[in-house]
Amino acid sequence: MILGGIDIVTLIATLMAASTPVLLAATGELVAEKSGVLNLGVEGMMIIGAVAGFAAAVGTGSPVLGFLGGALAGALLATLFAVLTQVFLSNQTATGLALTMFGLGLSALFGKGFEGVRPPATGKVPFGPLSEIPGLGRILFSHDWVVYLSLALVVAVWAFLRFTRAGLILRAVGENAEAAHALGYRVVAVRLMALAFGGALAGMGGAYLSLVRVPQWTEGMTAGAGWIALAIVVFASWRAGRVLIGAYLFGGITALQLQLQAAGYAIPVHLLSMAPYVLTIVVLVVLSAIHRRGVQAAPAALGRSFHAST
Amino acid sequence: MIRLVKRPVPSKAWSWATPLIAVLATMIAGGILFAALGKNPVEAIRVIFWDPLFGPNAGYFRGQLLVKAAPLILIASGLAVGFRAGIWNIGAEGQYIIGAICGAALALAVYPTESAWLFPAMVILGALGGFLWGLIPALLKVIFGTNEILVSLMLVYVAQNLLAYMAFGPLKNPEGYGFPGSRNLQQYASAHNPELIMGTGAHWGVVAALIAVIGAYILMHRHIAGFRIRVAGEAPRAARFAGVVPARLVVFCLGLSGALAGLAGLFEVSGPSGQITDSFNAGYGFTAIIVAFLGRLHPIGILLAGLLMALTYIGGDMAQLMLSLPSAAIQVFQGMLLFFLLGFDLLTNYRVRIGRARA
Repeated sequence: MILGGIDIVTLIATLMAASTPVLLAATGELVAEKSGVLNLGVEGMMIIGAVAGFAAAVGTGSPVLGFLGGALAGALLATLFAVLTQVFLSNQTATGLALTMFGLGLSALFGKGFEGVRPPATGKVPFGPLSEIPGLGRILFSHDWVVYLSLALVVAVWAFLRFTRAGLILRAVGENAEAAHALGYRVVAVRLMALAFGGALAGMGGAYLSLVRVPQWTEGMTAGAGWIALAIVVFASWRAGRVLIGAYLFGGITALQLQLQAAGYAIPVHLLSMAPYVLTIVVLVVLSAIHRRGVQAAPAALGRSFHAST
Repeated sequence: MIRLVKRPVPSKAWSWATPLIAVLATMIAGGILFAALGKNPVEAIRVIFWDPLFGPNAGYFRGQLLVKAAPLILIASGLAVGFRAGIWNIGAEGQYIIGAICGAALALAVYPTESAWLFPAMVILGALGGFLWGLIPALLKVIFGTNEILVSLMLVYVAQNLLAYMAFGPLKNPEGYGFPGSRNLQQYASAHNPELIMGTGAHWGVVAALIAVIGAYILMHRHIAGFRIRVAGEAPRAARFAGVVPARLVVFCLGLSGALAGLAGLFEVSGPSGQITDSFNAGYGFTAIIVAFLGRLHPIGILLAGLLMALTYIGGDMAQLMLSLPSAAIQVFQGMLLFFLLGFDLLTNYRVRIGRARA
């Protein structure tokens, strides 16, 4: 089906791949924010994941190890943030910004030797005849395993937060750290784990950019994807299902503007490239306008330091 | 057993000592990083921090110091006012770009008319451009309650794309043989922001930075408005009882920091950089955030922190030239500095006690 020079099936299929990096990062950040910590360093963790994942995949020849490496690097950086904000009680906003700047610098430093190198290809999941179904096959059964993993993770996080005891404790820590502490839960430990998980997913999202989406390493290649992931969590009102909608909406715009460029519309490339960022602002505005009159959706303790003595 | 006891009042002494400790710690950690890269750490630190000031070619580099410090100080002075009030403008990079585009566009539109009014008009347009770009997140926050951190940051990417569009499109030099980038304003006398005193690097942006530091000092420490800003940041509820209107504060802080960032961009494009290119912005808007924190959000502190950060830029360039240290190493260095600062800040707000808690 072709509409205005754009193949709709291709668009939807690309959309899913284009969304995966921000979907992974936003799902991770959702868990971190649910525990009451605002980590603005997603961009930094993503780009570190991108370079570490790339290095691991090129070094070992295995994309799977690449994604693991990306996740590990993201988690390490998140742990640094966690120690600073939870143990050294530093300001979360400032520390998050520092994490992003540090990550961007460190990735540029380590990435020097990897420019122009091609990573090993991440294979598509073989669905056999299923992928032959016209239209639907292209959309649902033509992706690599990370796309499906990201979807599974959204479901897992949703179920974890909603149905498990550990998820309940995590939410309690995020809503009222003092009360959770008084009940005997270890606030700092819970937050350390939530942050590390968020970092791992951000790192994996970054690795998806450098290993599949682009696929090569270039300096500053995340280009704000981490910040968009943060915006998606706000958009989603801190709910896992809506994170998926937000990420796919954003991925849709990215895929659409790339296809418009390819279809040869007479709109300058640079103006088209603005679209995802402008759209993110528009969506944030609409959402905040709605929330103004409704209930407060953010975890109550979000962004506040916790110290047991106070 | 190490315990933390919250201080009733943040320690003044530690608040000024932590930046120094953080700089020292960064030098040590940076030295380890340089050693890991196979460079002599002592030599690298000397090239970055000592040679630009007192080395053999120091005369040239000292001039560069003011050129790099001016935009950082100008931007950070504005950001610090907002940070004090708990208003996070992290899109200064975008406001810097828009200021440069607005001012340069005027000059390029009237080229080659010579007039004494041109440069002042460019300065006003530059400030106005940054102000309006900063006003976007401010108004969205005031009217809809939208998060200013995310909006101001998204606008950086919008501004960057706009800059590229301008450099390749409307502002491209018609006599540039098809190369992207605008005419060079350094060769256009009325629009040029020249070195005021030969060899010092001091251009109008340096003058503006000094005025900004003095202005910020008067505003924050000698004026009731500064008191209100600080109260709003530390105790929002109390501020409301004291008659502070949050909406007005948001517009003021984002508008002011936007205007100062726009000015910095204008002075850069008409002076040291000279032309609009797609890579004209050098990340000053982000580094200024580090400068603001390193300077303790205090105008005098920002002045010193801006000079120090400018030194790392110049020293970094030198180390790249002489020791082939990658340019990204300096970025890592600056990031580490902010980490250490934020970590050591613990000592300002808490006492460290060794021994068991007494009931």
